[in-house]
Amino acid sequence: MAVTDAPRIVTARLDHADSHTLERYLATGGYDGLRKALGMTPAAVVAEVDAASLLGRGGAGFPAGRKWSMLKKDPVTYLVVNGDESEPATFKDHLLIERDPHQILEGVIISAYALQVTQAFIYLRGEFALGLERMEEALNDAYRHGAVGEDIFGSGFSLDIVVHPGAGAYICGEETALLESLEGKRGFPRIKPPFFPAVIGLYGQPTVVNNVETMANIPWIVTNGGAAFAALGEGRSTGTRLFALAGHVRNPGPYEVEMVKTTFRDLIYAPSLGGGVREDRELKAFVPGGVSAPWFGPKQLDLPLGQDEVGAAGSMLGSGSVVVMDETTCAVRASWRITKFFFRESCGQCTPCREGSGWLERIMYRIEHGGGREEDLDLLMDVCDNISPGVNWPPQQTTICVLGPSIPPSIAAAISMFRDEFLVHIKDGGCPFD
Amino acid sequence: MTDQASQPTAHPDTDDAVTFTLDGRPATARPGELLISAAERAGVYIPRFCYHPRMEPVGMCRMCLVEVSGPRGATLQPACFIPAEAGSEVVTNSDKVKKAQDGVLEFLLVNHPLDCPVCDKGGECPLQDQTLAYGPGESRFVEEKRHFEKPIPISDLVLLDRERCIQCARCTRFAEEIAGEAQIDFAGRGELVEVATFPTEPFSSYFSGNTVQICPVGALTATPYRFTARPWDLDQVESTCTTCALGCRVAVQSSANRLTRLLGLDSEPVNHGWLCDKGRFSFEAVNGDEVSAGPALGNGQPVTLGSGRPRGQFAGEVAETASQVGRITEPMVRDGDRHVRVSWSEALSEAASRLSAVREAHGPGSIAFIGGGRLTNEGAYAWTKLAKAVIGTDSVDAQLGDGLPAELVLSLPRATIDEACSAPVVVLLSGDVREELPVLFLRLRRAALDKKISLIELSLRSTSLTRYAEVSLTLRPGDSPAVARALVGPNASVPTHPAGGSFALEDLERARALIAGAGHGPDGTGVVVLYGRPSFAEDGAVTAAAVATLATAWPGARFLPLLRRGNVHGALDMGMAPGVLPGRSSLEHGHAWFSDHWGSAPDARGRDTTEALRSVVEGGPGATRALVLLGADPLEDFPDRVLATRALEAAEVVIAVAGHPGPALDHADVVLPVAVSHERPGTTTNIEGRVTRLGQKLVPPGLAWPDWTIASVLSDELGYDLAIGAVTDIAEEIERVAPAYRGFAPAFLDQVSGHDGLVVPLGAAPVHTVEPIDPMATPGVESVERQGAPPRVGLTEGLSRELLAALHPDDGGEGAPPLLRRTAPTAVSIPPPDHYSLRLVSTRRLYDHGAGVVASPSLAALTPPLSALANPSDLARLGIGPGDRVRVSSPRGELTLVAEGDSGVPKGVLVIEFNVSDPDQPADNAVASLIDASAVVNEVRLESL
Amino acid sequence: MSHFTTTNATRARQLIALYPEPRSALLPLCHLAQEQDGWLRPEAMAEIAELVGVTAAEVRGTATFYDMLHTEPIGRYLVSVCTNIACILDGATELLAHAEERLGVRVGATTADGLFTLEESECLADCDHPPCVQVNHRFVRTTTAQKFDELIDELKAGGRAEEIPPHGTLVRIRRNGGLRVEPQRIERERARAASSAGERAG
Ligand SMILES: Cc1cc2nc3c(=O)[nH]c(=O)nc-3n(C[C@H](O)[C@H](O)[C@H](O)COP(=O)(O)O)c2cc1C
Ligand code: SF4
Ligand code: FES
Repeated sequence: MAVTDAPRIVTARLDHADSHTLERYLATGGYDGLRKALGMTPAAVVAEVDAASLLGRGGAGFPAGRKWSMLKKDPVTYLVVNGDESEPATFKDHLLIERDPHQILEGVIISAYALQVTQAFIYLRGEFALGLERMEEALNDAYRHGAVGEDIFGSGFSLDIVVHPGAGAYICGEETALLESLEGKRGFPRIKPPFFPAVIGLYGQPTVVNNVETMANIPWIVTNGGAAFAALGEGRSTGTRLFALAGHVRNPGPYEVEMVKTTFRDLIYAPSLGGGVREDRELKAFVPGGVSAPWFGPKQLDLPLGQDEVGAAGSMLGSGSVVVMDETTCAVRASWRITKFFFRESCGQCTPCREGSGWLERIMYRIEHGGGREEDLDLLMDVCDNISPGVNWPPQQTTICVLGPSIPPSIAAAISMFRDEFLVHIKDGGCPFD
Repeated sequence: MTDQASQPTAHPDTDDAVTFTLDGRPATARPGELLISAAERAGVYIPRFCYHPRMEPVGMCRMCLVEVSGPRGATLQPACFIPAEAGSEVVTNSDKVKKAQDGVLEFLLVNHPLDCPVCDKGGECPLQDQTLAYGPGESRFVEEKRHFEKPIPISDLVLLDRERCIQCARCTRFAEEIAGEAQIDFAGRGELVEVATFPTEPFSSYFSGNTVQICPVGALTATPYRFTARPWDLDQVESTCTTCALGCRVAVQSSANRLTRLLGLDSEPVNHGWLCDKGRFSFEAVNGDEVSAGPALGNGQPVTLGSGRPRGQFAGEVAETASQVGRITEPMVRDGDRHVRVSWSEALSEAASRLSAVREAHGPGSIAFIGGGRLTNEGAYAWTKLAKAVIGTDSVDAQLGDGLPAELVLSLPRATIDEACSAPVVVLLSGDVREELPVLFLRLRRAALDKKISLIELSLRSTSLTRYAEVSLTLRPGDSPAVARALVGPNASVPTHPAGGSFALEDLERARALIAGAGHGPDGTGVVVLYGRPSFAEDGAVTAAAVATLATAWPGARFLPLLRRGNVHGALDMGMAPGVLPGRSSLEHGHAWFSDHWGSAPDARGRDTTEALRSVVEGGPGATRALVLLGADPLEDFPDRVLATRALEAAEVVIAVAGHPGPALDHADVVLPVAVSHERPGTTTNIEGRVTRLGQKLVPPGLAWPDWTIASVLSDELGYDLAIGAVTDIAEEIERVAPAYRGFAPAFLDQVSGHDGLVVPLGAAPVHTVEPIDPMATPGVESVERQGAPPRVGLTEGLSRELLAALHPDDGGEGAPPLLRRTAPTAVSIPPPDHYSLRLVSTRRLYDHGAGVVASPSLAALTPPLSALANPSDLARLGIGPGDRVRVSSPRGELTLVAEGDSGVPKGVLVIEFNVSDPDQPADNAVASLIDASAVVNEVRLESL
Repeated sequence: MSHFTTTNATRARQLIALYPEPRSALLPLCHLAQEQDGWLRPEAMAEIAELVGVTAAEVRGTATFYDMLHTEPIGRYLVSVCTNIACILDGATELLAHAEERLGVRVGATTADGLFTLEESECLADCDHPPCVQVNHRFVRTTTAQKFDELIDELKAGGRAEEIPPHGTLVRIRRNGGLRVEPQRIERERARAASSAGERAG
């Protein structure tokens, strides 16, 4: 089982117990990338990131270099870092925030310099109490070290960073909802157009929003060059990526692996990685990229971990979370629980998402708990269709943001892959796995 | 507000029109115009819930999804949010669109209680209607619906049923975006998103009724209308609200000769569909149950309106006051110290013989007419003619000592409301616009927020517009002429600090800089001055002097008078002020013309209200001896209680034309019941000179007559035929003889648009091309129309040739007098401040103790308690703590009140609101007993008790 | 009179000063109020409204959107049990049932002694330690019923004070000073960026 010998980029430091401290960071090459970047022109830094073909790690996979070059020229622009990580079974940003906050800060400072932004905000999920403490501590140290603040390392470039706590709402991970939340409002995603905060963002000013892991890659890219990053992986999916592996595997955990060169099978079964399905049970299905993604089954195990490869197979790498379900898993219960998540987290703006999520959840609950009717399966699919016409991937939508169309995939996958299981629930008036 | 929303007057077929394809046919849109409105003009109605043409779109309900072609093929997009793009293809009727609409409606009904039979909105509910038109046949939802406690009162006037709410954000957007008071907001998340107030702060906005009007379901209901009628029982007429002088357009709805509801109509130049709650709900006063006035008035007891009203409770509990208040419905004459009911002919011949006797003994100048702001234009004209031609007195005054000199108001170059909301610089010198002309506040606030205007405010205390003003100068009574001189002075620096003004000199400098930057040179072009009477305790001559200074220095500026009361502007236009004659002509220049037409006109300038009342008291040869009260009560409305009381006691004859009881009626020898708003047809003229129709919806109660009928028959009694058989006769006569109304035939109002009216003199302001407004903007109007009530006055796009010709009349009026020209006002000398006293300011509150509020049970409890407000430093200096009881004394009288500190009150000033009473004292107008109406400013002393 | 204590009022001002617009401090101030009072009292919301320039209804409306902000009193310890996908694959349903039984309250309720509020939470991003539990938003990485009981006993006995401070995620966060970059400098840099942008465009 080939697990490549690509370098660890964002997790290099994590073997040290004190990886979150400034001392350890400096001892392991920390802030060298920043010093190097400050010696380059901002445009040259953008060019390196562009050359790296760094795809955003927040879920949508948009190339960071392209996003940066879309930032509308304006005297007042902002950089906002998305550390709201709440997609179920995704826990990679959590790791980076708690264990290597300086790496994120360095990425932010370099990016701010590249974008010539003087104010940046790091929006961290409110439930990450320790992460918030570590990040604020690191920020205090970075200010003391001269890596942030006025006249950074004597370069003449100045930047202020504010760490902002969220307060518990998944939707605030959606970038426009995050901006609303950062403005002190409820996290209602903004209606599009404009499609990009790079045109109208925080306080109405052009804003780049990037994920925490995206930022964490920047120091390495600047230090080693965009080409070195692009040499890893294949096609558009370059570099390594941090996958959060959860569910019925022997070794659940975060794993940084080379893109494309690694497959789902490697991730789940390699002894140095997932170590295989627990108790050597059969793999029933897996979620390939966060619970918004359509499920895969054993047949897709050999798909490479590449954005376009997974996209072509009808799903997505999304948030980088892989959830493994073995044969003891009830597909109805799993998809009901995912539906319940979206129901609880819908912001409530759009009629189809607000009302549809609750309706679907109630039907799924009924089926799982023995009150299902055969016509419910068609009804489920039709309600899904009214939220996401066609119920295909990539989705169409009747809603403002893509939370709405994220509801149908698990239901549609469960019904199409395990229709019999639904029928058993209905016929027996209860869950056969109980 | 988006540009799309505020530009309905531009024509779509301009050069930069956007061409796109709509359902396979070519269509055009204005640049940036939203698909939903471009489609609507092209005759394609896209269903909607959250979209409202007067607010920012939010794209939440998703009902308006249509297919729009784009780089990724045709996708579903909200038509309320997407502008029409050149070359794009838009499909509104495909299967995909229909499925999406079906789906959205089904989703909306998932948690909707479907309690239509007990819902006020039943029969006029967009959700109901659209479900029939676009929705699925039957529900596939078999689960338990979500439940909320229902309905909950969120204010005295509004109830909220959260189960019916469809989360369209119309009400919350209105509160935040239009009214600027987000006392309601969404709370919760997802399926539990609900509209909510803060637990301790009710939805006490002056504009709360608008949220009920625009709610697309029955989630928000208004207590006054709740369960009173069904749309199919209702009848409606288009009219104008005359609660204040802004002229908001309304649909007046009734059932069984009782008013049930007023809804705002969307008038582009005036109210944009909005109303204030006083205008919306004071119709209850018109319904006021008839009291047989005999006993109530006959025992010499003044009718103390509203005493013992419960305060601060929800309106349902105060219903019993309606019967205490009631209406005057029968003619009465005095018999000793009793009033007895008589027939109209007895009452009129009694009135005529009393007036004739005074006139014969003391000359026509001994008779004065007070009031007139509540009349129609036609009524005002008839009464002016009766006074000025038949009796021959010029002592007619529609402004009860709270206005400004008519000659000034009628002669300044006039701005329209639109101009006041779009001029580079707006100078505001008045009271609190939100309290006096509430919907104008909405428009000015938006204009300032949207940076369409720079607002410079000169006021006697901070107001609700202060936070939107770029510069706000707080003055003390008497300061405004000096500050006006400083504003227009030629030097960049102000020579001396204007007396007492409590603002920084830099602010004055900033104001001067803004004005200098307004545009086109030093002549004031680009400046609009809004001016009104900022305090009842300051002589109108003070404001007049300040305004005259601005007008002289800025020949290019335009002026909008903020007169407050009902149709007071129409009354002034009809000559109801000393020194003027109908149609904005002066007595001096119009004397010959009107003598010609009327047979006679007054020979000498008459007295205004203050002068007339003083004259009654002072007596002597030529003094005023008889008072005719035209729907006005000096004991309630006149700033100087002592003078008014003495005058009414001393008057030889008092004739009262009244719709509602009031303390002055005690002194009346003859009481003539008059029809009030909604009970008689006619026209009204708002502050910008816009003439609109007043619709008649009710038959007047009892024996009450329209205002003009009373004038006409009384004139007959006096031996003169006014030649009025119908309102239209008066309208024709006005058109013929009143210069500013030349060429204006009320029939135009049908032709141009029932909504917008026309500004006189014709040609002075642009005429809007009226476009049909989205019926969903005000669901209750269209539904009533649809269900059989006579349609509104037709909306005609474009103007007829005759009308256009008439709007630019070639001056056919040979010999007609010129419109009033501005003459120098009499100088006013301001006494220096007295350091032992505070200067009294008395401002208006929207909810006061006027008849419209007191006689409307839903509003009566909303009148705030009275207090004396002073700058905290003054209170501290006098050793008075907030909440202490204090004695306020003036040479006229004294009052005991609670003192409160208010840092918006300048130092050296005491504010006591006008016509708002202390709950512990009889419900009379407390501050009026302190004010000397003849003084330029009023000083008071304040001491702790 | 301020509802915030003097120290917290100072912290509130510092938080507001971090943002270009005061309203941005709304969530941090709500956290601060919860740290002080244990929950978001109406008085606190009214004061926050004043501090950031919105209405009290807007503060309440905004706060109720967020799960971590409690406009009703909650226990001293907020016990959050995740039942999302990774955790139910590993016994979260059972753990939650056990927690209900152990604490004697249903999900959403507070124990009679005011110590514990039990919450069923969505994914807490600690899925490699299922089922995942937080107390006052500190991960305790409890997996078994037995460890859960030990935790509760310890908390009842006043233990773990160091690890689990009161509710409010800002408790241990102190930013050393406010913003460091002089506003004039920001203005200058922005002006420079603007003019160089102009040159590039021109
Ligand atoms: C419902 C929803 C939730 C999201 N949650 C997150 C999140 O927790 N963290 C994140 O970085 N991006 C999240 N995203 C993606 C962001 O909108 C955005 O694409 C991302 O932050 C951009 O950063 P990147 O380009 O560096 O990936 C979410 C998107 C949606 C629609
Ligand atoms: S799709 Fe759902 S989460 Fe997204 S904006 Fe609409 S209601 Fe909110
Ligand atoms: S989303 Fe367009 S009308 Fe509601």
